[in-house]
Amino acid sequence: MTTASPQRAALRAVRRPGDRIFSGTALGAGVVILLLLAAVAIFLITESLPAFTADPDEIGMLRGATFLEYVAPLVFGTLWAALLALIIAAPLAVGIALFISHFAPRRLAAVIGYVVDLLAALPSVVYGLWGATTFAPILQPFYVWLNENLGWIPLFEGPVSATGRTIATAALVLAVMILPIMTAICREVFLQAPRLHEEAALALGATRWEMIRMAVLPFARGGMVSAAMLALGRALGETMAVTMVLSASGVITFDLISSTNPTTIPANIALSFPEAYGEGVNVLIATGLILFIVTFAVNAIARYIVNRRAAFSGAN
Amino acid sequence: MSKRIQVNDLNVFYGKFKAVEGISMTIEPRSVTAFIGPSGCGKSTFLRTLNRMHEVIPGAYVEGEVLVDGDNLYGEGVDPVLVRRQVGMVFQRPNPFPTMSIRDNVLAGVKLNNTRMAKSDADALVEKSLQGANLWNEVKDRLNLPGSGLSGGQQQRLCIARAIAVSPEVILMDEPCSALDPISTLAIEDLIEDLKREYTIVIVTHNMQQASRVSDKTAFFNIAGTGKPGKLIEYADTTKIFSNPDVQATEDYVSGRFG
Repeated sequence: MTTASPQRAALRAVRRPGDRIFSGTALGAGVVILLLLAAVAIFLITESLPAFTADPDEIGMLRGATFLEYVAPLVFGTLWAALLALIIAAPLAVGIALFISHFAPRRLAAVIGYVVDLLAALPSVVYGLWGATTFAPILQPFYVWLNENLGWIPLFEGPVSATGRTIATAALVLAVMILPIMTAICREVFLQAPRLHEEAALALGATRWEMIRMAVLPFARGGMVSAAMLALGRALGETMAVTMVLSASGVITFDLISSTNPTTIPANIALSFPEAYGEGVNVLIATGLILFIVTFAVNAIARYIVNRRAAFSGAN
Repeated sequence: MSKRIQVNDLNVFYGKFKAVEGISMTIEPRSVTAFIGPSGCGKSTFLRTLNRMHEVIPGAYVEGEVLVDGDNLYGEGVDPVLVRRQVGMVFQRPNPFPTMSIRDNVLAGVKLNNTRMAKSDADALVEKSLQGANLWNEVKDRLNLPGSGLSGGQQQRLCIARAIAVSPEVILMDEPCSALDPISTLAIEDLIEDLKREYTIVIVTHNMQQASRVSDKTAFFNIAGTGKPGKLIEYADTTKIFSNPDVQATEDYVSGRFG
């Protein structure tokens, strides 16, 4: 009888088969993610070790430089291109998302949303082809103009690239590529801004824009940072488009429009892999490990920024 | 500070659906007017036409006129944004901005009006508004904490402080106590009694004891059936509505025989 069983057994919740199956699959899915991540990390670390331990002079790819000297321009180029792309895409994405969620008539909003989603469906090699063959020549005269009129700013110092295949073009192509995901996430977050708070702002005599600044944007802050981070992740890792667009020479420069451009880690791997042999392959994998760490750090910083004001996030 | 509201033959629509029909009434300054009636009879909808919040909903519009001290809110070229700065509103569920501190919540409306304000003036206004909303003593030590950390009743009083901080002519309250416990409700009712000295107050309520406790005049709204527009059935002194109303439907409603 149940009355005879000890107190603790009586308090235990009934374990239904459905609950067990569900918690089992949920746990399994979670473990798989961790295992995958661990497997990738272990692969990267073990395969990179030879690059760190071997004598730099014996690895042809390094051309006598140390690994750090080799990877530093690449890290700079990766961060620089992704940052430029984010600076271009973020305001645009927020603007489009606001237009879709709060300004456009419903039908127009649906059409625009669909078109933006379509941008995400284009393969990156198509962006690469378009950027290298069409977009770069269009931009080239504009770069000349920038150099003539704003040449005193180090960003436009020149000498101007004759092909237009510069870091600025690459960043613009990247910006177009990360636009859909940022827009889609921002739109979803903006739509979730509580009607109640929007009405509170309007009832205080806020205009539409003031209402958005008061009730929508602060509420969506965390979501917007997440969107930017996902987009940044894509920009950091984007290979094909950058490889095809950029005429790279692996320098560290802030000049946006010159013919000598920094290159990114993924593009460098794609370009150098076919001719890599022996420990050169390990060097490339080691740059991949650095990219992994950089992406991880960027995400951690973003999380920290979002959590710092968690009490004001609107989630409570 | 407070103003008379006169409504002339007002019809309110959601797209093609006529939600409220043919309302004419005069609301006196420095008084509390309660709107009562069954759910869906259009009293909240009508309330929201008094500060042009109704038209925020897509497809919603209004026919007729609402005069505040003789100026038609729905006249040619009247800016709804300016109307809403004169006619404040408190909502059914407390809605302080969760992303702002208590202090910033109180100042939210004022910051819309004038962008620059000396810190001492702002501090004085925060204290005055919170005292006006009977909340000062409870929050004066945590003005920089988020407003969402307060209890429901405190949040609602914070919303009232936010509304009175901009010194409106009229305050509209849409069932301000329906999400609150009896003690918090009592606090709000006492506050309404105080606010009446300076403001014209219109309150929608489902609680008939509340209407009889706080209001000077009461308006009873009803609908003939689902899909029909709501109408103003009777509008008179609160004591009359609750003791010997002229219309049978009013008596049935206030005595609890239906609704």
